[in-house]
Amino acid sequence: MRQVAVVGIGKTAFGAFPDRDLRSLAVEAGQKALENGRAEHSQVEAFYLGNFAGPSFVGQNHLAPYVASAIGIAGVPATRFEAACASSGAAFFHAVSAVAAGLYDVVLVAGVEKMTSQTTPKVTEILAGAGDLCGEVRAGATFPALFAMIARRHMYQYGTTRQHMAAVAVKNHGNGAKNPLAHMRKVITMEQALNGKPIAEPLTVYDCSLISDGAAAVLIAPLERAAEFTDKPVRVLGIAQTSDYVALDEKDDITTLRAVRTSSEKAYKMAGLGPRDIQFAEIHDCFTIAEIIAIEDLGFVEKGQGGPYTLAGKTCIQGELPINTSGGLKAKGHPVGATGVGQICDVVQQIRGEAGERQVSRNKIGLAQNLGGSGATSVVSILGAA
Amino acid sequence: MNALGPGIVYTETVVYSPPEAYVNDVPYQLAIIQLNSGGRLTGRIAGPRAEIGDPVSFDEFRNGVAFFHKNQ
Repeated sequence: MRQVAVVGIGKTAFGAFPDRDLRSLAVEAGQKALENGRAEHSQVEAFYLGNFAGPSFVGQNHLAPYVASAIGIAGVPATRFEAACASSGAAFFHAVSAVAAGLYDVVLVAGVEKMTSQTTPKVTEILAGAGDLCGEVRAGATFPALFAMIARRHMYQYGTTRQHMAAVAVKNHGNGAKNPLAHMRKVITMEQALNGKPIAEPLTVYDCSLISDGAAAVLIAPLERAAEFTDKPVRVLGIAQTSDYVALDEKDDITTLRAVRTSSEKAYKMAGLGPRDIQFAEIHDCFTIAEIIAIEDLGFVEKGQGGPYTLAGKTCIQGELPINTSGGLKAKGHPVGATGVGQICDVVQQIRGEAGERQVSRNKIGLAQNLGGSGATSVVSILGAA
Repeated sequence: MNALGPGIVYTETVVYSPPEAYVNDVPYQLAIIQLNSGGRLTGRIAGPRAEIGDPVSFDEFRNGVAFFHKNQ
């Protein structure tokens, strides 16, 4: 297998953009990635698009060629990947695999979602389509409800508290406030986070990620050709995608995300690294409890210690293991199909030393963890300075 | 569908922000029930609130959804 590098990144701002349609967002991110990678349109050999629910949110299907032609790369194989909130993580995994295998050299990977043109109950219903419609969803499960039930069990088994979860929200809002592309650039206090409007007990509005519009894209190429495109190539050191049951009630233990464990084990093995080697990470904090569980399942802390570790400030930008310096899904925003590739852009930005006031000092090896549903898809990518 | 036996609450939540289909139901308690006969399923708890570990009994299926109540 060949070594693969990220040679260009591009993101739109994440937010609520009533005047923007899905295609224009994806085109903006794609063009930015091509410019950032100093690539000609004619050099792109394939287009991989992550999108969860364009057909439901905006009615448009056949999205990959629709976006590719608007970017100016009509003719290349263009395919949409759907894996719930891990859609563009999955697109990235498959694109990297194809370049590593020698199928293509230069590939554009994008993710996009346009969510804010629907009402919150409608968005809630569309997102619930990533759960089991015959069981949990029919009974009234929403994604906040599924993660609320995960939180309750984690609190019961490990003593995790509302304060632990609120600490995730306070930290990520603090980081997001410094990110010019973040959806919500607002610092919040612990008191606010603890007293938010209930969504699904014990989760309040401050435990839940945002409903956002946005797009992100990366240009990838074999490492040996990276210098043609950038002075700061970032290597894909390890990457893996794994799956698990869709329904929460089919999982043996809901306090752990098995697919996160299996995908991270594979990615660590491919990279020849372990959890202690990771210097910073972008984590899929669709809900505050998800960040706590993910840092446990990735091996950063012992099981049950995710909450105390966060409350102690260890995951702040200045802490020993900065998590979600972008603001995470909580504050940066969560246009679901764009999130996976957006995380890759954020990790690359840190490794290049381009994160401004959010820059971490130990920035050579970063990890991105992208989750679909309540853990049925997981993609873990480990990136490093080339 | 057949009746279900009794079980124990494995986990639960009370939903305040519903999907479109259930806007008239909120707030409602949703739970994963560990059935004494084996297996788990997601259903609703009607009546007094139940917590993790509480024994519950099956009431009925309504539109395919299993409803339970907390044992007194």
